[in-house]
Amino acid sequence: MAATKVLRWSLPLAIFAVVLAFLFVGLFRDPREVPSPLIGKPAPDFSLARLHQPEARLTNQDMRGQVWLLNVWASWCVSCRVEHPLLLDLAKANLVPVIGLAYKDKPTDGLAWLTSNGDPYKMSIVDLDGRVGIDFGVYGVPETFVIDKSGVIRYKQIGPLTEDALKQTILPLVRELQRS
Amino acid sequence: MVGLVATRCDRHACREFARVRNSMALVAISVLLTCAPLANAAADDALDARLKHLETELRCLVCQNQTLAESNAPLAEDLRREVRELATAGKSDEDIRAYLVARYGDFVLYNPPVKPVTYALWFGPFLLLAAGVVVWVALLRRRSRASREASTLGDGDSVPAGALSRARVLLEDDRTL
Repeated sequence: MAATKVLRWSLPLAIFAVVLAFLFVGLFRDPREVPSPLIGKPAPDFSLARLHQPEARLTNQDMRGQVWLLNVWASWCVSCRVEHPLLLDLAKANLVPVIGLAYKDKPTDGLAWLTSNGDPYKMSIVDLDGRVGIDFGVYGVPETFVIDKSGVIRYKQIGPLTEDALKQTILPLVRELQRS
Repeated sequence: MVGLVATRCDRHACREFARVRNSMALVAISVLLTCAPLANAAADDALDARLKHLETELRCLVCQNQTLAESNAPLAEDLRREVRELATAGKSDEDIRAYLVARYGDFVLYNPPVKPVTYALWFGPFLLLAAGVVVWVALLRRRSRASREASTLGDGDSVPAGALSRARVLLEDDRTL
């Protein structure tokens, strides 16, 4: 009898607490961050023209054997300007090569943008029709991928890079992958 | 941080140009229909209907509450182009869905697959419903038993201990008034 009496107030309270916990966690989750199914899988094959020398191409095979970042950006993308200083710092520190993928951007616009804002990329490639972007599961710019020596995607940053994301997640991961 | 992420590009494209686009599409279709041979047009219609149906089951990742069929985001246009090319290359609906899931995850499907991570989603509501029914039936039973006891209480019947003490308290209250 005593047990049912305790249940009468504790059960609704427990259910309420569980619902509250779910809603509370939900407050801090961004529904626009869709987890990529490509993490832990080989990066898709691509062969794209380079921004500065359109007659030359870069393929994912060319990057084999090194850890690298693929930064998807566009000159028409406003929030790419937010992360740009961080990319410039990263290039100066020379910790990891960053390849820039100009996503659905006119090469002339991309070149002009890099000239006026600074070019942090070891190399820039052009995805004119967005097909390589689709293969990488890109659904907005900017996005940044960490790719290991054997060409496997290890991490994806959705949205602009932040100092926190770089220092606490991306760079430690890069260092670990470079050692292995 | 969330604010920054929310400013990701491509969202401005969610505006509704559907009416304009549809009327333009209508013009394009009528031009195509008058120019193309009839047999071809029939095949195209079948393909269009198939794609239309398929695209209403797929989510646009930019405007997340819109289907691929209704969204005007540039990415949705690109994905519709990809879907059409895959379909004309002879891929089945299942192949096309697998192609998109491999790139964007189950999130692109409006109809999520049944697998261990989605068990709570698929069966949770039925479990809650069953639990509700159990509680409801238990309450009804208790209430009908209580009312039966109350109505059959005669002179010779034993009175429940709780009722007696409650009656005594009421009487004592009366005395103090």
